[in-house]
This record gives sequence, C-alpha cells and structure tokens, in this order.
Amino acid sequence: MSLDPAYLAYPHRAEGMDHDLYHWSNLFDRPPIVWPGEAKLAVSVVISLEWFPITASDKPFRAPGHMQTAYPDYRHYTSREYGTRIGFYRMLDALAAVGAKASVAVNGAIAERYPALLRDIVAAGHEIVAHATDMNATIATGIAEEEERAIIRSSLDMLEKATGRRPAGWLSIARSQSWNTPRLLVEEGVCYMLDWVNDELPYRMTTVAGGIVNVPLNHELSDRQIITTQQHSADSYRVQIEDAADWLMTEAVGYGGRMLPLHLTPYIMGLPYRIGALETLLQGLAGREGLSFLTTGDIAGCI
Amino acid sequence: MREGEKDPGLYDFLPYRGRPKIEWPDGKKVAVWVSPNLEFYEIDPAPNPHRKSWAKPHPDVVGYAHRDYANRVGHWRMADVMSKHGFPGSVSLSVALCQHVPDVVEDANARGWEFFSHGIYNTRYSYGMDEAQERAIIEDSIRTVRDATGQTIKGWLAPALTHTPRTLDLIAEYGLSYTCDLYHDDQPTPIHVANGKLISMPYSLEVNDHYGFFVYNMSPRDYADTLIRQYERLAAEGDESGTVMCIPLHSYLIGQPHRIGPFEEVLRHIAQDGRAWITRSGDIADHFIGQGYDRLLADAAHQSEDAQ
Repeated sequence: MSLDPAYLAYPHRAEGMDHDLYHWSNLFDRPPIVWPGEAKLAVSVVISLEWFPITASDKPFRAPGHMQTAYPDYRHYTSREYGTRIGFYRMLDALAAVGAKASVAVNGAIAERYPALLRDIVAAGHEIVAHATDMNATIATGIAEEEERAIIRSSLDMLEKATGRRPAGWLSIARSQSWNTPRLLVEEGVCYMLDWVNDELPYRMTTVAGGIVNVPLNHELSDRQIITTQQHSADSYRVQIEDAADWLMTEAVGYGGRMLPLHLTPYIMGLPYRIGALETLLQGLAGREGLSFLTTGDIAGCI
Repeated sequence: MREGEKDPGLYDFLPYRGRPKIEWPDGKKVAVWVSPNLEFYEIDPAPNPHRKSWAKPHPDVVGYAHRDYANRVGHWRMADVMSKHGFPGSVSLSVALCQHVPDVVEDANARGWEFFSHGIYNTRYSYGMDEAQERAIIEDSIRTVRDATGQTIKGWLAPALTHTPRTLDLIAEYGLSYTCDLYHDDQPTPIHVANGKLISMPYSLEVNDHYGFFVYNMSPRDYADTLIRQYERLAAEGDESGTVMCIPLHSYLIGQPHRIGPFEEVLRHIAQDGRAWITRSGDIADHFIGQGYDRLLADAAHQSEDAQ
C-alpha cells in the first residue's frame, strides 16, 4: 500500500497563507485600534433572524436549525417562528433597556413576509445585515456561480426594498462560503462580511474584484455553540461572556481596542427561561466603564 | 508492533503497584508538561483515501478559519500566559508551520520551548503511506525543525494521530526517544521497537482541550477544574513514584477570550503548589531514560518470568 506521490508534494509550502484571500497577521503586533469614544472594548450584538421553509433543502447542505423530522415538521417550523414572533421582541427590549444598537442578520424572506418587523428594527436604530434569502439558500463550493450571485443579490434587494437602504454587511448561512463568495460579495457591492472566524478584529481581504472587510463573528461565543451544541445553561453562557469581557478589557490596556461579538439566535436565547440571563449580561456589560456597544457596520467602518 | 496480531505487542504489562520508583529532580512528585499543538491546516489539501480532511466542501470556512485563529490570535495569548507562570511549551508541531508562519515558531523557540513533530501538516495523514513515504515525512520533520530552530526533535505525535504499523519502529530507528501516541499509563514506559530505545511519554486525550471542549463539552471553568483535579491526584500519587501530567492544548481553543482566564488560574495553581516539576517532554524523557528505563525493563522481564 502506498499513497499517490502527489500526497507528499506541498505546492503551497512557503511563507504566508496557502491561498490569496488575506495575509497572515499577528493580532498583538498591529497598530492599536481606537474605537469611537475611546472605548477599550466594543461589544457587537449580532442577531440572526431566519425563516426556515417547512420544505427543507439539502442543496448544498441543510442549514443548522432546520427541519429534522419527516414532513411536515411542525415542531421545528413553529419553534423557529417562535423566535421571530416572540424571542426577537424580548431581545429588542433587552437592547433598548441598555441603549445598545445591534446588527440584525436578516433573511430576505423575513423582510418580504414580515415588513412590520423590519420597521421595528429600523425604528430602533439597529443595523440590517444581509443573511441570504431564506434558510434553504445555503452556499458552498459546488453551487453554480449564478445561483450564488442570485442569492446574494436577491437578499440585498429584498432588504433594501423593505428598509430603503441597501445593507453594507453580509453573513452567510452557517458562515459557509464557496471559493467565489468573497468576490461575488464585492461585485454585488457588499462592504463587509462576518463569515471568517480567524481573528478578533476586522481586517481586509482581497479578491480579483476588489477588497472586502471581514469582521470576525466568533462562533465559539455564540448562543448556538454554547447553549445548543455544548448544552450549557444560559447562566453559564453569561459567565463565559463576562469572563471574555474581563480578559479583553485587560488586554485592551496594553494592545488597544478589543472587540467582543455576541452572536444570538432568537429561538435559542429569546426563550422565557433564558432571556433573563441575557438581560443580566447586557446590563452588566453596559455598566462597565470603557465599554461601548457598536454595530458590526460601525466596526467595519462601512456605515 | 506485531502487525495483524490481536495484541500489537507495544509494551509489557506493568501493573500500577510495585514498580521501581521514579524520582524526579528536587524531589518533585509530578512532572508537568504543557503541550501546545502549533499547527497548520491546509485550506485545500490533497485527498487521503483513508480519511477526509474537512467536513465540508473546501473551503470549510469555519473549520479552517477557527484553526487559523491559532496563528493570528490564540498562540500569542496562550504563550504569554504560559511564560508568565513559568511554563515552557513542548510543541507538537506541524513542521510546515516553519515555512508558513515562521514568526510563531521563532516565538516559541525564543521562549525556550521544545519541538517535536506532529507531521508536515495536520491535513496530511500517514494512513496508506508506504515505508519510503513514512521515512520521507520523518526525515522532512527532522530537517525542517533543525533548519528553523536549531533543535533536533526527540519526539513524535503522529499527524492528526494517524499511524501505520511501522511508525514506532521508524522513529526509534531515526533516534527519536519518545512517542506521545500511546495512552496506557501515567508514567513513562519502555516501548518495544525493532531497533533503538523508545519510550511512551504520557500525553493525554482525556484532558486535551479538544476533548474537554468538543468531546465532553465542558465550560471553560469546568475544564479548568478538571485540570486541577487531574493535577491534584497525580501529585498525590507521585509521593509513591513520580507521575507525569501532560496538558495538551490548541491555542484556537484555549486561547479564546472566554477560556484563557480560567486556564490561567490552573497554571497559577500548579506553579504555586510546589510539587510539580514544570518541564518539557524531552527533559522528562532524558531523565527517565537515564534513571528508570533499564530498571523498569528489568522489572518487567522479572514479572514476566514470575508469571511463567
């Protein structure tokens, strides 16, 4: 038994990354970032607002949180809708209570189906980030370029139509991209994306069509990862985020502004028995000196 | 190993009582070594017919970017905490990191860390390699680490824990003295190889941060508590005969902002306790081979005679 000799050839083995999207960079070796108001820590709340068709698609993959039982999966269809109807409004109230502006990553279908919800988001001063058309619109290598472009463009169109403003930012479903995604986003006029989790500050990527900013939306700190995947309690989630905030605020003293992204899901964190932990968390964060809530658009410098 | 047999014949059975006593320097009870995995994962690796690299079609953005976080963010945060509390690293190194991100390797070297090989990339697996191919990656590892750091590797942790029946014989033949691939003991033990001397260095899957966070789904504070319990037990048992505790880390996990604070408390606890020989895997291997290896081997032979 032996492997193809190509398996021991390493064509990209040279200094730097093994692709052309971005350069390696050490977080601790960059010019210090100064946030507006000279905050040490910028907390970005990003809420995903998603519509799952009861007719789930697996092409190219089934989105996290999608239907699980044989058709018709009432339990998951309605549980996700619970988040949109109820949990999200609890989150809006929790944000309003501390005067925080968030970024809401919205499926285009949400804007078409629930225009009143979009009006409430805009009226509260939150940013709208494009998040595909609906939860069947997943992207991965293998999808046709024109199909992917249509997902991006339709999503931006639907959200612009509902709010009067074309979103500057993009979040892919499950942060999943094809090789084409960064370029297509640039070509469709997107200023920043939230998909790459390799950093803790925004940085610039390049494509043949031009540059795009990536604002790392840490998936490890999301309610989905901590509560749904790792099965920790809402209080444990709160403690973990508080520990992260403590660490980053200390680090900011020596290295400049730091960023703490909180990726939230209405049908996870917006439940009656969990929302209190989020309220306590946001109140505690808001009470810290040197901490500001910034939208991801503000952080990217795109708004 | 004895290929194809039910018992691979890696080592002798040595029960955890009545062994020759292992004495660590200065009367310490437990040798503690911290093992950061400094890795490079390829975004679009060549396929291995026996194991898939990424769960999703390439690019697997979250999988790749999560690991890339290590070299941009996690390493620096983790390394500073280790240095602050006096813990050197014993690095499980994807040796191609020496080419891709030399700053990380130079930083680890400057901190006095030891390097052993964890293969070329953590996305290139040994499964299916013939002997010449496996020799090539061992020789590449020795040469690459020597060129980049001046160090001669003494140990091996197979890339992504992928082995062949030849691996242990080959690394011993090339003069490496320890493997981190076997999990049968809390003390170093002699390993049967065709030629040369090879010992098993107690590593750990159970308290590996990857297991802690992604197999057992621990919170950061629960993982810290786990490490302290592991330490306390091994330090207590080290009264009888020296034990080894390894803390295997991936900075894309332990270097996350919600985890590094609780982890720092673990290092503070061990550093202040006084019973730990805080050291590197190669130093443990050198000490054990100089002091305990022959006695343990003789003892094993003796026990085997008794059994007969």
